[in-house]
Amino acid sequence: MTLIFRIAALTSVVISALIVFTLVRGAIEFLRLVPLSGLIDDAKTPGWFPRRNRFDLPTVVLGTLIMSSIAMVVAVPLGLGTAIFLAEYASSRTRRIIKPIIEVLAGMPSVVVGYFALKFIAPELVANLFQPDKIQNMTAAGIGIGILIVPIMASISEDSLSAVPGALREASYGVGARKSATVIRVVLPAAVSGIVAAFIIAVSRAIGETMVATMAGGLDGSGARTSSPLDPGLSITAALTNAAGGSDQALVGAPVKVLFFLGLLLFVVTMGLNLIADKFVRRVRQKY
Amino acid sequence: MALVSPSIKATTQAQVRASITRRDRNIGGLVLYVLLLIAVATTLLVLFTLLARLFAPALPVFRDRGLSFFTGTIGSNPDKVGIWPGLYGSFIIGIGVIVVSIPLGVAAAIYLEDYAQNRWYNRLIVINIRNLAGIPAVIYGILGLTIFVGWLEPLTTGKTVIAAALTLAVLVLPIVIITATEAIRSVPQGLRDAGYGVGASKWEVTRDHVLPYAAPGILTGTVLSLARALGEAAPLILIGAITGLLPATSLDGPFTALPMTIYSWSSKATPPKSVLGFDNVAAAAGVALLLLVLVFNIIAVIFRNRFEKQRIGL
Repeated sequence: MTLIFRIAALTSVVISALIVFTLVRGAIEFLRLVPLSGLIDDAKTPGWFPRRNRFDLPTVVLGTLIMSSIAMVVAVPLGLGTAIFLAEYASSRTRRIIKPIIEVLAGMPSVVVGYFALKFIAPELVANLFQPDKIQNMTAAGIGIGILIVPIMASISEDSLSAVPGALREASYGVGARKSATVIRVVLPAAVSGIVAAFIIAVSRAIGETMVATMAGGLDGSGARTSSPLDPGLSITAALTNAAGGSDQALVGAPVKVLFFLGLLLFVVTMGLNLIADKFVRRVRQKY
Repeated sequence: MALVSPSIKATTQAQVRASITRRDRNIGGLVLYVLLLIAVATTLLVLFTLLARLFAPALPVFRDRGLSFFTGTIGSNPDKVGIWPGLYGSFIIGIGVIVVSIPLGVAAAIYLEDYAQNRWYNRLIVINIRNLAGIPAVIYGILGLTIFVGWLEPLTTGKTVIAAALTLAVLVLPIVIITATEAIRSVPQGLRDAGYGVGASKWEVTRDHVLPYAAPGILTGTVLSLARALGEAAPLILIGAITGLLPATSLDGPFTALPMTIYSWSSKATPPKSVLGFDNVAAAAGVALLLLVLVFNIIAVIFRNRFEKQRIGL
């Protein structure tokens, strides 16, 4: 019996090993076709054009950075605000109503948010607010990704706020501090590790979010390098899904092999962020 | 009393008065409260707008098409398309998750909680599982493409729903393990000790006492992971789910799933003569997926509440 259970537990290690093996092998094969120096396009208008064997890494990295930054601008105030409200201000009755609603948002399939970004955020919200040249752009996609990560930001922050011992709040009230001063000067600093962890995990999710970036980014797998959030753009994930693209492609050639390279990049970045977040979470646990 | 000069007394009075009146005008606190309210209200508004913008274009589809929308297949005419292949694919994926990841995940959780000693390799397994849970879904798609579509082609016959089901089973495995581990951890030690006390073996204690006690918690986790698997689209793009035409559903042929249907219809241009647009059918498919996922989430919440009640001894 023990042996069966041990094999089950070891399956997860095998999965990790296979993921790393697959990505590294594919990335090496890609780099054999396209040398590292070819990853910065030196054309007049550089860009990510896999069918023409032009793989400009800055294009997709910039796209990812822009979209996840916009996502964080949306998710941090909404998520953290909701968390502080729920943990410090809401009555238990309000909490009982709002928490399940946030959980609905947490369970929202990303493809549905992608549809929302494509059909509402881009044409009605972003188009009216910023008058972009193209209806589909990175701002719309970024806002969509932000909506998706609000619940993560909210729930992890709320957990860390709730973990702050009540005695700290009482001590603050005891020396005559107001509720607002207690929240800002006592509770938030005490919960800062957890909030930082929430932030990092949210960034990691934003970088890895695929469907919204693919559907609402405004490009079909290729495009010029841009640093304007109001331009259409490609994220690493969007470039990846487009490389896999059609269902009847064989796995040959750089335009397809590039998906392993992008996957490895994504894997390394998100895993690094997750490990850092884990350190912060553990710090919260040690403290209280 | 005589030592207090009148001038000091006056400033004290002013200070006291000031501090009393300032209390009535706690502007900072009010601003913070209003900001927090705005944050919560915006979050709720976003959710309601999203739901409204999904249901509104979906209604004409359900009204005009009725059942035929659920039994029709995917294609290029939005007046005729349906979500049957999507439902079929998602159903098989759900079965795959139940058959593969639940036994595997629960067994792994039993090992980690009750059998594993505190050795470095066991700690490594725990860290590894937590990391797996944080890897973007699309990377599991690459894994599935290489392993289940490529290496295991004799078993899965390539880009089929079986390969998709296995991929998503692997994707949710860490979630199943983590929630099952937590459920097993909450089983009181006394229950195990009592079992050992009457001479039961480790496996007997696990089977007859630990697992039944942890069952609601394990169920909560598995239902949540099922909801996650059904909503995931990114890995399916990598596996090669069909977006164009799919005349027949089968286990060993081309496949699609409900989220893929929404994905492909969302960006399709509506042919000029059709009554319903691809916008409408995409929204309707979105409503179907959302309801499916929501039902699973609600089941999970019910399980969890029962679980918590059981803990307080009600």
